[in-house]
Amino acid sequence: MFSDPMKNALILPALLFTTAASAAESPVPEKIEYNRDVRPILSDNCFYCHGNDPSHRKAKLRLDLRDEALLKEAFVPGKPEESELVARLFSDDEDELMPPAESHKKLTDTQKEILKRWVAQGAEYQQHWSYEKPVKATIPAGGNGVDVLVRQRLAEKGLKPSPEADRRTLVRRLYADLLGLPPKPAEVAAFVNDTAPDAYTKLVDEVLKSPHYGERMAIGWLDVVRFADTIGYHSDNPHNVWPYRDWVIKSFNTNKPFDRFTIEQLAGDLVEGANQETRVGSAFNRLLLTTQEGGAQAKDYEQRMLTDRVRAVGAAWMGQTTGCAQCHDHKFDPFSQRDFFSLGAFFADIQEPILGSRGDGMVVGTPEEEAQLAKLDAALAESKKVLAAVQPQIDAAQKAWETDVVSAKVELAELKKDSGASEAALKSAQQILGHLKQPVEKRNAQQKKQVTDYFLGVYEQFKAERDGLASAQKTRDAFYGPLAKCLVTVSTPQKRTVRILARGDWMDESGEEVKAALPHYLPQPKIEGRELTRLDLAQWLVTKDNPLTARTVVNRVWKQFFGIGLSKVLDDLGAQGETPPNPALLDWLACEFMDSGWDMRHLVRTIVTSETYRQTSLATPEQIAADPENRELARQSPFRLEAELVRDNALAIAGLLVPKIGGPSVKPYQPEGYWENLNFPTRIYPADTGESQYRRGLYTWWQRSFLHPSMVAFDAPSREECAAERNRSNIPQQALVLLNDPTYVEAARSFAAQILSECQGDTAERLAWAWQRALQRNPDATESKTLTALVEERLAAYRADTKAAEDLLKVGLAPVPEALDKAELAAWTHVARVLLNLHETITRA
Amino acid sequence: MTAYSPLHRRAFLSRTSQGLGGVALASLFPTSFSHASPSSGILKTLPLPQKAKRVIWLTMAGGPSHLETFDPKPKLVEMDGQPMPESYTKGQQLAQLQGAKLTCFAPQHPFAKFGKNQTEICALFPQIGSVLDEICLIRSMTTDAINHDPAHMFMNTGSQIAGRPSMGAWVTYGLGSESEDLPGFVVLTSLGKGGQNQPIAARQWSSGFLPSKFQGVQLRAKGDPVLYLNNPPGINRDRQGGDIAAINVLNRQRDALAVDPEIATRIVQYEMAFQMQASVPDLMDLSGEGAATLELYGCQPGDGSFASNCLLARRLAERGTRFIQLYHKDWDHHGGIKDGVAYKAEEIDRACMALISDLKQRGMLDDTLIVWAGEFGRTPMSQGGSGRDHHNKAMTVWMAGAGIRGGQVHGSTDELGYAAVENVTTVHDLHATMLHQLGIQHEAFSFKFQGLDAKLSGVEGAKVIKDILV
Repeated sequence: MFSDPMKNALILPALLFTTAASAAESPVPEKIEYNRDVRPILSDNCFYCHGNDPSHRKAKLRLDLRDEALLKEAFVPGKPEESELVARLFSDDEDELMPPAESHKKLTDTQKEILKRWVAQGAEYQQHWSYEKPVKATIPAGGNGVDVLVRQRLAEKGLKPSPEADRRTLVRRLYADLLGLPPKPAEVAAFVNDTAPDAYTKLVDEVLKSPHYGERMAIGWLDVVRFADTIGYHSDNPHNVWPYRDWVIKSFNTNKPFDRFTIEQLAGDLVEGANQETRVGSAFNRLLLTTQEGGAQAKDYEQRMLTDRVRAVGAAWMGQTTGCAQCHDHKFDPFSQRDFFSLGAFFADIQEPILGSRGDGMVVGTPEEEAQLAKLDAALAESKKVLAAVQPQIDAAQKAWETDVVSAKVELAELKKDSGASEAALKSAQQILGHLKQPVEKRNAQQKKQVTDYFLGVYEQFKAERDGLASAQKTRDAFYGPLAKCLVTVSTPQKRTVRILARGDWMDESGEEVKAALPHYLPQPKIEGRELTRLDLAQWLVTKDNPLTARTVVNRVWKQFFGIGLSKVLDDLGAQGETPPNPALLDWLACEFMDSGWDMRHLVRTIVTSETYRQTSLATPEQIAADPENRELARQSPFRLEAELVRDNALAIAGLLVPKIGGPSVKPYQPEGYWENLNFPTRIYPADTGESQYRRGLYTWWQRSFLHPSMVAFDAPSREECAAERNRSNIPQQALVLLNDPTYVEAARSFAAQILSECQGDTAERLAWAWQRALQRNPDATESKTLTALVEERLAAYRADTKAAEDLLKVGLAPVPEALDKAELAAWTHVARVLLNLHETITRA
Repeated sequence: MTAYSPLHRRAFLSRTSQGLGGVALASLFPTSFSHASPSSGILKTLPLPQKAKRVIWLTMAGGPSHLETFDPKPKLVEMDGQPMPESYTKGQQLAQLQGAKLTCFAPQHPFAKFGKNQTEICALFPQIGSVLDEICLIRSMTTDAINHDPAHMFMNTGSQIAGRPSMGAWVTYGLGSESEDLPGFVVLTSLGKGGQNQPIAARQWSSGFLPSKFQGVQLRAKGDPVLYLNNPPGINRDRQGGDIAAINVLNRQRDALAVDPEIATRIVQYEMAFQMQASVPDLMDLSGEGAATLELYGCQPGDGSFASNCLLARRLAERGTRFIQLYHKDWDHHGGIKDGVAYKAEEIDRACMALISDLKQRGMLDDTLIVWAGEFGRTPMSQGGSGRDHHNKAMTVWMAGAGIRGGQVHGSTDELGYAAVENVTTVHDLHATMLHQLGIQHEAFSFKFQGLDAKLSGVEGAKVIKDILV
């Protein structure tokens, strides 16, 4: 039933505008629990003025700390009738009423009653759930914690779990969730017919071994770290980071423990035994937005880059929204402005230009490539040395030549009478003469270079030395050019100074200087006598004392398998997030994840082998009424495939997919002119040919300012900012992409060619073959009838209009099999097209 | 004058339903008109009277100089070539001029008086001058950002951090759209012939954290007018309709088996896509516009000019599109500002006048809000002797229609045009004022994002510019 996370978010602002909303509220609980019942109300309505941020605090009153609230006599525990807070909530006097009218906040009757009852019951506070260490529930031996804790909760709620999904659905679900690809009909049949009691776990283990597992898992992580092929700001030029993407895929495939995965990304340059692999991991620190805009101020962008990195660490590991603390202390969480800049100071040692091109980055070659490059570099250095030995003589010759030209003893060849030089050559020679007439110290660098280049062009001596260098340079560059390169982290002792910027204003340099430090409200490591480093930050994130990291990661991973997080606000486990309906489950998984040695595959396996995961997603109307968003997990949920997988699925069905893992990003067909608004330089989009045209969606060139439009249509994020959450929209542009994008038209005609050449039966048999290929089931009578009618009508039409058939079959680069009848192929292309457009085809059930 | 009527579209659809074999188009639209009713927004009732039903926002990308457009500065003429007094500039943020020697640079074109109040604007804009009584000039606008990309983000989203919804997305999220078969938020871009065409990222019309259906849809002069709008080669409208009909028949059958509301939504989306395939070309087809109209705007069908886009904006407005944003590029005059602004005047002067007059004669100016704005202003100091640098302390924007007091000037800059000094306004104020005219209370119009009530008008306290309202 759950389908679109945004729909849920929509309800919240709607409440602000409708007073009738209270009708649907649940009753006031008998026993009030602070975290569950009270904190959301206070956080949403009161903490803005009576919370953590002193600059905004009204009447010097804090309601987020019990002692402070008592000190100001906000309430008398146990005595609502004597409590100011309660009186203010129910006041008829506009000047007394809280929240005040100008806040546009209004409590419902139920919310007021909850606060009143809470005071009556003693106004007890609880520490915010996610800042306490998770506690691992005891699970009976042999039990799956997921099932035990879900069942417990279902029993409390009076709900019953659903039966297991049918086997076809199960195998399709596993393939979609773990590989992002559809199973082949034979793979489905094998599982359907496997009567062994452990058939399912065998299937899971087999699927987990596929190298496509790493690709599937990478997608979510690449969103969170905002991986993209371009710099983001203004000209949005490319930067070299694709080896990092492959590093992520490989890390999942080799099941790199998540703590190590974390450490290499934040500090792969600082770890003991740092090597090419760990350094490529450290490209994480370079994935941020940068600019090449002229007129940009270094101080401005230094601040932008610092804040970008703090937000990234907050989002990817901590589940904390840190952005607002750039200008002031967080209003809802204990995160302070000092915490913000202290966290930013961890990155002050990263060597990088603040403005302009990032450069090529580190060469990421095979050992052979790196050895060869070293050899060529050495040869180049040697050639330079050889030339340097004779350089003084060349310089002296140039000086003499210049004097001769200026004194007209020597005339430039082009300027001689009847030289026959072209106009351009003439002009350039005149320019040289102009430069020469100026004293050397008055020439700028470009002019000097022009003069020297001209001189060397006419100078005959030391040819061997000069040509030797040119040739060594050329050989080296030709080899270097195509090598893989990646921006990585390099640490410099010349750290940037980090100050707390008043209101985030980079022009204001009066703020206090800060050193790297961890958020003050979380457990601190015992490090003394030295400054903290990125390595300390990374290690701290993955200590068992850190209450946030495991929960944040597990919560996101859960969404991949159920469509919604256990706490549904994936990027905020703080006060404004959601206390999970089943906190014991999130905590058990977080602990299990840590206890297993941060074993990602174990986490995934635990989830997908649970009975909870295997339930059917066919909901009953009663289930939907009782739990519309499926938060209690009495069933599975169907949801649309993610943008990349919509593509992968179509290409796989069509038999076009090139399953190669990794490599530079690729450029699938894209509408002409889509990049027309890019500039500096202007760009054309050269669509790839050959196998690069048919790669998986996650390898698509990620142009931040103009992401590929078929990706945008299916809600892929631009990755300018970290995105833990993707929309799951259902919009007309998706229909236009699946119907008209040449990628999908070509997939349809290729799929049709396969139907015709692989299945020699009649129409009914061919339809069955096609259905098996696309959906791994047979069509029913109505489905078969509908498409039989379609193919017959189309066949007649294309027989009468062969030009139309030929036009259709020309879409895309894939060859058209000569043996097939064009009209028939065109007619079946429509069948294939209909199948590729079905809701069922792009939905994981 | 041809008035657009929704009946045109229906007639068009019924025309295309002829001659379908196999699957009748009738089955494609069993209930289509009930499905495709105009989408409503999140705001069921509006707290304020709705003066503006729609917005046409004319983005002059690159940063138009207020000193060569709408803000006369005789003192700057006198000071031409003299050092810029340090009292103005000390410790302030400049872009490319940071640290350079600062010299006063006189406005490069004369000003002339227009309208009932004899307001002075640059003489390059006589057509805008002719409708100045409909226009309110805000000469005291300021912004936070000083480079193109962040400044556009700030003007469009109220934030310099990527990922926030653009104003068009906010407005359609709040109010929905009145169009049955066109997007609620449409973007058109045009290039200037000076060549200073700064890049514009698609994030400028992104829906950010709002649902994707509120993202701006770009209408293009070349290629498919909307991405992927045209059928593949060899597939005519009937075949396209037949395929969609088959898809929907199969989806509907699935819908009966699985309780999943997304299936019904998907069916409607395919219907809407098919309708858009007819209604967008119908929108773009200017052949029904009379010669007088084309002359009024000064455009030729399909020329991709700003003037054409203004005419398309009127056609979109007629069809119920809620937010129409035009980008006209090439205002980034670091050098050659004299000729540069003259080019721009040629490109926009008549078109702006035409848009205002055309809407007025159709009775639509009263409920259409027009905003003309760049992303920042330019320095009164010279850059390289012939241009001006980016500048965020002063710029002029103007508004017209929908309850805006015409013929008025709001706010002013100092005598050199360096900084807004009287009735200083901010981008947040501009957004607040726009929302106010749309009937939306800006402080209460929010969306929960990362734990905050995120608002278009920001959190620092924007104010509606009441002085410019009727």
